Amino acid sequence: MSLNLRATVVSLLFLIIVLGIWETLNQPPEATEALSEYELLMGGADQEARVPPPSQVAEHAWSELSNPFYDAGPNDKGIGIQLAYSLYRVLTGYFAAALIAIPLGFVIGMSPLMYKALNPFIQILRPISPLAWMPLALFVIKDSERSAIFVIFICSIWPMLINTAFGVANVRNDWVRVAQTHELSPLRTAFTVILPAAAPTILTGMRISIGIAWLVIVAAEMLVGGTGIGYYVWNEWNNLDLNSVIFSILMIGFVGMLLDMALSGVSRLVQYEE
Amino acid sequence: MTKPFLSIEGLTKRFSAKGKAEDLVVFDDVFLNIEQGEFVCIIGHSGCGKSTILNILAGLDEPTSGGVIMDGKEIAGPSLDRGVVFQNYSLLPWLSALQNVIFGVKARWPNWTKGKVEEHSRKYLEMVGLGASMHRKPAQLSGGMRQRVSIARAFATQPKLLLLDEPFGALDALTRGVIQDELIKIWSESHQTVFMITHDVDEAILLADRILLMTNGPNARVAESVKVSLPRPRERAQIIEHPGYYKIRNHLVNFLVKRSGELAGTKNSDRQHPENIDPLAESPEPVPADPPARAKSDRPLRSVS
Repeated sequence: MSLNLRATVVSLLFLIIVLGIWETLNQPPEATEALSEYELLMGGADQEARVPPPSQVAEHAWSELSNPFYDAGPNDKGIGIQLAYSLYRVLTGYFAAALIAIPLGFVIGMSPLMYKALNPFIQILRPISPLAWMPLALFVIKDSERSAIFVIFICSIWPMLINTAFGVANVRNDWVRVAQTHELSPLRTAFTVILPAAAPTILTGMRISIGIAWLVIVAAEMLVGGTGIGYYVWNEWNNLDLNSVIFSILMIGFVGMLLDMALSGVSRLVQYEE
Repeated sequence: MTKPFLSIEGLTKRFSAKGKAEDLVVFDDVFLNIEQGEFVCIIGHSGCGKSTILNILAGLDEPTSGGVIMDGKEIAGPSLDRGVVFQNYSLLPWLSALQNVIFGVKARWPNWTKGKVEEHSRKYLEMVGLGASMHRKPAQLSGGMRQRVSIARAFATQPKLLLLDEPFGALDALTRGVIQDELIKIWSESHQTVFMITHDVDEAILLADRILLMTNGPNARVAESVKVSLPRPRERAQIIEHPGYYKIRNHLVNFLVKRSGELAGTKNSDRQHPENIDPLAESPEPVPADPPARAKSDRPLRSVS
């Protein structure tokens, strides 16, 4: 049996074991006597709130996924709509950050002066939790939607900036010399030699950034509310609908994985072997 | 006397030391000339500054004092007039072999059409025997093939001066032999002026018109200029049969083993010029053909097919 096949079998085994344990430990206790109508309405004989078993979650997931884009008012939208809002915010903030981080990273990487001059700012700004910007962003921008985008922007800018600068600064000197001996202008050197040489490192930064952005959007949307997957999780918690909470947690993981796969696909395109 | 094609005048490289330590003078007051179409090899022990001289010629490094005049103009900074082949090939790994050559050709003739650039590049890759693998990336090529691409790129831009920095240093002996043959072939077709660093005495004799010998550093200088007046075309198998071969070889080895150290730190008797030596001229045996005349003619390699 090939390694892949064996790995799949082991994966499935783990899944079945975990779901099985979860399913069996979460059954409500058998009622010792017939339930009154009132007790049935209140959830049976169970006095204790329980995490719903996977079978229920799966059933719920199926009904949500079979109609992901319904819109029944501000408090009841399909999972597809919520994810689309989140993705829109993440991608807008993320690409805005890339637009600034990559050229700036180039400058920092190519100029030791700019590196030394800007490094203190980067070192101070980088460790700030993106959510700490939220109050200031809300005050200045006066719009919760754009504030969320700003928070995504500020959290995704650092890995891209630092990786671009690092990649550009560490382009092999031989390749720069090739550009010099061919009398390339600085601009052509940047585009035809340094950019392709640093592209794998830049893409690594972009991949880290998209991961962080997806982590942060959930928290940001819990704060700003209204729409988005983060808001959805929190709203379902307020509704005490744990089926939806678990379902949306899984969806967050699934979309995050897709984003990462997309970026890793792009980085394979610019990868080169030395 | 007409001006030589390339003249290196009073070249000195000094690294200033920190504190009270003495400055490190790598080489001091180096003079030498290279004629158009000449193939010149430079040999010396590590640390004598051969690579620094080559980098100065390439415009990638600057001398502390002195200068280089090529074709009536002083060298300042890198230029397409001077092509370089580095020891580690310096190919761009994200481009295929063909694209690497195209990279050079496009930089040289930015106004050429795409088709013309590609045709020209293919021609040079075929010349080094890489017609079949021109679409492979450098990582998929062997060391010898990579160096061929690098040589093709340098020749394709048709520089006035070609600088080879130990181009075969990282290759095994068999591959080296094959590529040396290809270098001779492509060079005989192009009449390019070549300045090459090598550690290999046999390689120098096989390729060069003239071999410059440097004393050990620091304070290195070019002590001797040895003429290799063996007839061309030279073939590896036949050249060692030539009666003059071992005369030249012994002279070179003797210099490297003994005199490069003895002469270290001394001055040339004629400061401006290294001593000209022609080991074969001292020979009683007749030298076939007339190599010295060849080196002086305008198109020294026309006779080579």
